[in-house]
Amino acid sequence: MKWFWYASPQTFYPLAGKIALAGGIAAAALALAGLYVGFFVAPTDAQQGEVYRVIFIHVPAAWMSMFLYLVMAFWAALGLALNTRLSGMMASALAPTGALFTFIALWTGSLWGKPTWGTYWVWDARLTSELLLLFLYLGFILLQAAIDDRRRAERAGAILALVGVVNIPIIYYSVQWWNTLHQGASVSLTRAPTMAATMFTGMILMALAFWMYSIAVALVRVRCMIREQG
Amino acid sequence: MILALVRRDLLLVLRRPADAATALLFFVVVTSLFPLGIGAEPNLLRAIAPGVIWVAALLSSMLSLARLYADDHADGTLDQLLLGAAPLAALAAAKAFAHWLVAGLPLALIAPLIALQYDLPAALYGVLALSLLLGTPVLSLLGAIGAALVLGLRGGGVLLALLVLPLCVPVLIIGAGAVEMAASGLSPQGQLLLLGAMLVVAAAFAPLASAAALRISAE
Repeated sequence: MKWFWYASPQTFYPLAGKIALAGGIAAAALALAGLYVGFFVAPTDAQQGEVYRVIFIHVPAAWMSMFLYLVMAFWAALGLALNTRLSGMMASALAPTGALFTFIALWTGSLWGKPTWGTYWVWDARLTSELLLLFLYLGFILLQAAIDDRRRAERAGAILALVGVVNIPIIYYSVQWWNTLHQGASVSLTRAPTMAATMFTGMILMALAFWMYSIAVALVRVRCMIREQG
Repeated sequence: MILALVRRDLLLVLRRPADAATALLFFVVVTSLFPLGIGAEPNLLRAIAPGVIWVAALLSSMLSLARLYADDHADGTLDQLLLGAAPLAALAAAKAFAHWLVAGLPLALIAPLIALQYDLPAALYGVLALSLLLGTPVLSLLGAIGAALVLGLRGGGVLLALLVLPLCVPVLIIGAGAVEMAASGLSPQGQLLLLGAMLVVAAAFAPLASAAALRISAE
């Protein structure tokens, strides 16, 4: 497999189209399945009633918001190190989707918080660090938008993304020490999930759907950038 | 070369002291606005003082950072520095250090006076000044990365604040936290040590990022 063959925008363009189409179809199918499981199969929660069903959007969106920043920083680093044009484009293409998922996580979280915690917003560690993540995404997008020269925009954005990724654990822990109310993670890799199997299935399906959506949308955006820059 | 650069930056400021005074005055004015805005109830003021002083220091630092590289860029000094033999990261560290001497150190020195206005107990002045002494250099170092990134952009100053402020949150939390710890009778040592650790890490890595950003912006 020649990896660098596809590092050229010209050869990547048709491939990106195919992957984007497949990703889009997979996203739609997975989202339908996930929403079906979430709304019709998963049992009603004993304490929270029906409102807990926000989880099927909220948790996958929160996962994606953090994961996409890492992916973005990975492409940014690759772009700086290898000087490949496509890497910078990938980083720029992922930023709006990451910001969108961050916003969705905050928004659905506040809708979930009102009936269960009795408030739309608290200055809790997780909420605050997610809000700061949104600011980091927006800063990245605004910085790239403010620079006219494409090449400089990509490289400047890459530096910012990398500084951000180094800083994220520090931000996360600093706000955690500062204040916390949000429950701990209910799903982790090291132990069995503390929820019904169907709920877990629905959440994983939605997470996969968001994943596919991100791939599809990012690749469509990359194709637009390739077109724009000829 | 490093010392020469610091001396030159300081000399430039000494020749035009009004520039440096603006940031300091901004700090004083902003902190005086809070009691006017939210009422001068002493207990309330005592409670918010560490946070307000720290936020004002953060904003004041952003204000002066916008010009960190702008003048050098305009008169060609930056090109000379980029072409010169001295390592760019060391020069970026020198610039950040000079910025801190002019914009950070005075804040730490005048902070006890502001604390007096907020009716903070005198025992806390030392912790407040110390936390600012340790924290403001981190702000200068992180801000210098942002200043290099937005070099020569329209609306650079506001953009700089947008980019850098979220990154400065840990410094703000821990810096203000140290004073609050001391205010509630606990030892602020842990928070101050954390600030010190941040300073060491920032001093080691931020100049490298600044140098990379400068090379990109000056291309």
